[in-house]
Formats: sequence, structure tokens, C-alpha cells
Amino acid sequence: MGRYVVRRLLQVIPVVIGVTFIIFCLVFALPGDPIQALAGDKRADPNIAAILRDHYHLNEPLYQQYWHYISGVFTGDLGETYNGRAISDIVSERFPVTLKLGLTAFAIEAVIGIVAGLFSALRKGKFIDNVVLVSTLVLISIPVFVLGSVLQLEFGVNLKITPVAGIERGWPQSYILPAIVLASTSMAYIARLVRTSMTESIRADYVRTAIAKGLPQRRVIGLHALRNSLIPVVTFLGFDLGALMGGAIITERVFNMPGIGGQLAQSVYLRERPVVVGLVTLLVLIYLVANLVVDLMYAVLDPRIRYE
Amino acid sequence: MRSPRAVKRLAWAACVMAGALAAAACGGGVGSGGSGAVLSSSWGDPQNPLEPANTNEVQGGKVLDMVFRGLKRYDPRTGKAKNMLAQSIETTDSRNFTITVRDGWKFSNGEPVTAKSFVDAWNYGASLRNNQKNAYFFGYIEGYDQVHPETGRQTADTLSGLKVTGPRTFTVRLNQKFSTFPDTLGYAAFDPLPSTFFTDHEGWIAKPVGNGPYRIESYTRGSAMNLRKWDGYPGPDKARNDGVTLLVYTDSNTAYTDVLAGNLDLVDDVPATQLKNVKTDLNGRYINTPAGIIQTLAFPYYDPKWNTPGARKVRTGLSMAINRKQITDTIFRGTRTPATDWTSPVLGADGGYKAGLCGEACTYDPARARQLVREGGGLPGGQVRITYNADTGSHKQWVDAVCNSINNALGNDKACVGNPVGTFADFRNQISQHKMSGPFRAGWQMDYPLIQNFLQPLYYTNASSNDGKWSDKRFDHLVDQANAESDRARAVQLFQQAEGVVRDNMAAIPLWYQNGSAGYTDRLHDVALNPFSVPVYDEIKVG
Repeated sequence: MGRYVVRRLLQVIPVVIGVTFIIFCLVFALPGDPIQALAGDKRADPNIAAILRDHYHLNEPLYQQYWHYISGVFTGDLGETYNGRAISDIVSERFPVTLKLGLTAFAIEAVIGIVAGLFSALRKGKFIDNVVLVSTLVLISIPVFVLGSVLQLEFGVNLKITPVAGIERGWPQSYILPAIVLASTSMAYIARLVRTSMTESIRADYVRTAIAKGLPQRRVIGLHALRNSLIPVVTFLGFDLGALMGGAIITERVFNMPGIGGQLAQSVYLRERPVVVGLVTLLVLIYLVANLVVDLMYAVLDPRIRYE
Repeated sequence: MRSPRAVKRLAWAACVMAGALAAAACGGGVGSGGSGAVLSSSWGDPQNPLEPANTNEVQGGKVLDMVFRGLKRYDPRTGKAKNMLAQSIETTDSRNFTITVRDGWKFSNGEPVTAKSFVDAWNYGASLRNNQKNAYFFGYIEGYDQVHPETGRQTADTLSGLKVTGPRTFTVRLNQKFSTFPDTLGYAAFDPLPSTFFTDHEGWIAKPVGNGPYRIESYTRGSAMNLRKWDGYPGPDKARNDGVTLLVYTDSNTAYTDVLAGNLDLVDDVPATQLKNVKTDLNGRYINTPAGIIQTLAFPYYDPKWNTPGARKVRTGLSMAINRKQITDTIFRGTRTPATDWTSPVLGADGGYKAGLCGEACTYDPARARQLVREGGGLPGGQVRITYNADTGSHKQWVDAVCNSINNALGNDKACVGNPVGTFADFRNQISQHKMSGPFRAGWQMDYPLIQNFLQPLYYTNASSNDGKWSDKRFDHLVDQANAESDRARAVQLFQQAEGVVRDNMAAIPLWYQNGSAGYTDRLHDVALNPFSVPVYDEIKVG
């Protein structure tokens, strides 16, 4: 187990180098001059532009620029924007917001999704099952920005239960509504996933055996049926954690949260290579760690799976 | 440098460790004020540190306008430059100026504002090594080419044209005659700076100190800036409220919703999608007034096709084929006004704005348009392609509308098409490398409300923003004459004559003037926008 984790962690290094290089090349390939973009509609001062290009190695070939960047990263320096702000500052300022939002959404979708799916499977064809099926269908089909704006208007403007936007009131008040919006689609998928896989395992031989042995129903469902049904759900959740962090651009915008999504969009617009690469690398790391955790969870959920 | 950042990183790491869900305190708690007559207003993080000579966008400009006062200040209503810190600005030859600073002005840290505060600030702003975005504002002062050469290293640290002659007097020598130079001094780049700016730069950047009616109390990047009224402010325009909280919004729709909910007092950019409802939503608490911005179609004169006598007629024909009124009414819903000259209404008649200067050349007349294009030898290449950037500002809509209008007028479905460029950065790149083959989107946001600023940087031979490389000796000569003319009214007249040359050649097709807009809650009174479309915060009354 320990050796497996170490091996997986070592695999992270080539992946990170590869990913940063690909992203670096992609942003490099975008047309447009980042120094000119700083000047807006007016002409960039030629001498200042020349000095900045020199300072940020923009005149050098791609591989040299990448070398400057990656050697900085390994010495703990993520670089700076073309305005001279340290990227580590941007990350430390924006990342906590995205992390709080993402984890809140993650908790909401996991808890509500699993509970709804469970009830739906146990009361198959009954009223509650239909409620879950219809409501998840609705959630899946509404685009995030519509749901966000509608909830914002209803809970923020009309009922005044939650803040309309911003993070001034801190966690949880400012985060709960955006997190629900962000979690909505995945929540619906998880509910349906749990429902399907629970329906299968309830009919499985080992569950029938457990019931025949006279085990209490809670134990049969909780330990035998649910635990075995969770493997696809955990896979989905692991993948979704990364998606929640990186995919919150729309939610962050609607609810005016200064997270990574907005920064990423702005930096792509301004061609700030180091920012884009830094943030994307961070998201990749989250994906990788989440995937590792998922793989380890398999062993916990199903003792037949072993790693060495 | 190294260690504080490391500490910060550690603190951040600790926050993450502590479990993000419980780490509400890590965000930095900014209360939205609320106490007393403090108002909140929508804002965006400034792109650059808040140095006056380094701030060229409206969000940073808002703060500077509250925290600083310069030698002159533009009247929020008329746009006229009036003396603020300047007791007098005297000249006999429109080239050498003697400036006397009023007595009794202080920075909010108690330091008196002297002639040195100005000269040091200007030298800082002009110097190449300080990498200031507004350095070109000092380009008229003698010695600028040594302090900020076009290429290579600087050979001097200070502008030779600036001399402190007394505690409150200094002299300015320009490198050319420029009679309206004093009127440019209301721009933020010319603000004075306290000595702490130079001695403790990092500290000053973290919390700028100025001499305006407000002080900066706190600033949390990405979230909010709290400004409070400075009780010791010596100027005549003391704040009529207790302070302003600027809240960062990434989307103006959200800010607008927050105004409807009463969580935000003032939104100064009403989103286009809400314009339909804004009057009923806010019950008349909506302002829509001209800003110093004009939109035009510029032409590539480096392309021989467009630099012929016939092409001049074609350009005038194209201008007459555009139904400006219809486009501003339907697409912009009245937030643009059809242009009838090459300046902006914010200048006022005294300042050089002349409605109708363009005359029939800007009037929609399809028959005459068709005739002019035919007389001019038809469209160069058989078709005009209007180049624009597709990523911001919904330019596609109006470019398509302009093309439709031209196509209808000329009776040819293929006379005009839009030519989108994917990104703004690439668009500017192509322009600066002279790769345009037809008309392209151009806009000009004034630096200061002077007719000179709408003409010289855009149409003077080889001027900094003359992207189309238009050149006309008569125009250059008239501008030179106007700059040498010490009588203001006469100078404005000469500029207008120069503008007439622009019209006769249709150097660029004027499209429309852009307005600034704002919506506010019923807590606020006396809300107005200045010529730069920044709310006049010091005049707003709360409650």
C-alpha cells in the first residue's frame, strides 16, 4: 500500500511537466502580443514594451521561455504577471475562495445525491422515486447560469435569505447558494447513479443471503448493499472534485466570487502565460490527488481490490 | 522581499490545512461599512498599482479622483479645467510656464503640498525606469527624450524643463508651443506625490496617501476598498458623505441585481441586457450622459488603394450610407449618440465641440452615397471588410448593422462584410503592424477634455495613435498654429479648422459618441457622472 502510494506520487512529476509544457505551448500559440494587450486601445510605449519583452524573455524561443518558467517553478517561484504581481500572491488570494466553494459544493452533492439515490432505489416506483427522477431530470436540463440567476433573484433579492453576491459575509452564508448551484448537475447525476447501482445490488445474491441470515435491515443496506454500490459513485466524485474547482467560472461570475475561474478567464484574455500555466497546473494536481484517493477508496470499499 | 512573501505563503498554506470548510476567517473580513452616510459603489480591481502616472483605466481612475487633487480640476458638469491647487499658471510665449501652488494644502499625512511635490512626481512619471503607463503625458516637457527615449537607455533622470524656483513656485519649459498645456494638468498623471511615495514606496503602494477629499482606509484585493472622508481636507469640494466603499464586481449584471436588492448603492455601468428595464426597475434613478469617447472607422492609408483622391469620395460615400440614428436607437438603445463631428459633446461649445461640423457627410443619404462611391471609382477591391475584435464589447452586432446599412444603400449585398479577429490582443497586433486592408474599428477615449486631444494624437503625421498613418500637411500646419496661439478661443477655432480638413478628406468616419451610465438606490441624491464617466463621489448625499 505505502509503496503503491509512493509510486503513484512519483508518476505525478512527469504528468505535471508534460501538462505545463502543453498548456505553455497552447497559450504561446494564441495570437496577440501580451505587452500590447496591456496598453488597451492605445499604442504601447515602444521603449517600455521592449524593456518588458526583455524582462519576461518574450523575445526568446519557446523552449527557452519554458525553461525559464519551469526552473522557476522548481525553486518555488511561480513567476509574475506582466503587471509585476507575483503569481503566488494571486493563487493565495483566489484559491481559498475556489477551494471553499468547491468543497462546499462537493459535500452538498455527495450527501444529497447519495441520500436521494438511496431512497429512490429503496422505494422504487413509489412516489419518492418519481420525485427524485423528475427533479434530477429538471436539474440536469437547466443551464447553470439560468439556475444561478433565478435562485439569486428569488433568495437574494425577493426573500433576502442569502446575500445576492460577493463573499463579504464569509462561509457559510455567502457560499451556500453558489455551492448549491454549482453542485446541482452533479448532484442529479449522483442520485441517478446511486439509484441504478443500488437497485442492482439489492437484488444480488449476497444481499439475499444477508437478509436470510437475519441481519437487521439497516446493516444489510448500509454495509452490504450501499458499500458495494458506491464504487461508481466514488469514481464520479473523484473526477468531479477537479471539475468543480476548474469549472466554477460561470458560478463565480454570477455570484461575484473572486475565485480562480474568473482569474483564469481574464489571464487567457490578457495572454498571461505564467498565470494560466500556474493555475491549470494547480488544477491538474488536484485532479491527480483526487484520482489517487479514489483508487485507494476502491480498496476500502471492496476488500477484493488490493494494491502493492 | 523574499521573506514576507514566504510568510504569506505559509499563512495561506495554514489556512488550507485548517480545512477550507472551516476557514471562513482566512478570506479577510471586509465589512461593507454600513455605518453613517457611507455609500457603496461597484468597482473592479485596478490593473496596476495605484500610482497616478501608472493608472490609465477607469477603475483606478475612480480612486485617484477621490484621493488626489491636482493643479487643475475638470468641472464635473462642463468639463472645463479650473484652478484647484494652482494659484496661477502664467506664460507669455505659450512655451515657458510659471506655476504657483496655493498655500495651505496638505497631504492626508500632514505633509504640505509644495512645488517639489509636483516636480518630483512628474519626474518619476516621465522616467523610463519607472515604467509608467502615462509617461507620454510628460512628452511635451523639455528633456522628455532624454528621460524617456524611444529606444535605448535614458541619459537623464529628471526633466530638464522642470525647475523648482521657490517653495511654492516652479517653471515648466515645453519642447514646442502648446498654449492649452495648462488645461491638461487636471489629469491624474499630473497629481502631486508626498515624500513617502519615494522613501517608502512599498508602504505607499499598499496604502496610497494623497491630498484629496477621501483617504484610503483599507483595501482587500479582489473584494473591496474602503475610503473615508478626510476631515482635514482643505479644498472647496469637501465630501458631502462620510465615505465610499468600492466593491469589486466581475459582472455588471450581478452589480445591477445587487442595486435592485438594495445591497449596493451605485452601479456605474448598467449592463446592456438591462437597458430595456432600467427606467422602470430604478424608477428614474438612472443617468445616461455623454462620456469623452467617440467611435470611428479608421482607414489604412499605408495601403495605396485607400490613399487616392477617388478613395476620399468613397469614404464620404460610405459615411453617408450609414444610418447612425437607427443603429444607436435599436442596437445601443440610446446609450450612444450619432456623431456629427470628431470630438465629443463633453467638451462643450467653448471647448471645441461643434455639433454638425461633419454636415451632410455624416447624414444618411443613400442616393448621394451611391453616387459618391460611383464617382470615386467604386469600392477598392470591390468590397469593404470592416475589421474588429470579436471577443469583447459585442462589436459584431454594430459592425453587421453598419454593413447592412451600407449594403442597402449601395444596393449590393456584398458591398460590406465584417471581418472579425478572434482576440483583442491580435487585433491590436495587426493594427500596429499595419496589416489592415480596409476600414477597422477605432475608438478614442479622451485623456483630458480638450479638442487638441481628439485631433492631434489621432490625425497628426506619425502621432502615437494615428494607426491608419493618415498624413495631411494642412492639418499638421493648423494644429501647429493652434498650439502656438495663446488666445484660447482663437486656438479652438484653429483646431476646428483642422477638424474641417479631417472632414473634407473623411480621414476617419465618425460613428457615434459613447455615453456613460449609472443606476442608484433611493438612498442617494445628487448623483452625476463627470466627463470621464466616473461618478462625482464627493457631491453625493446619502439618506
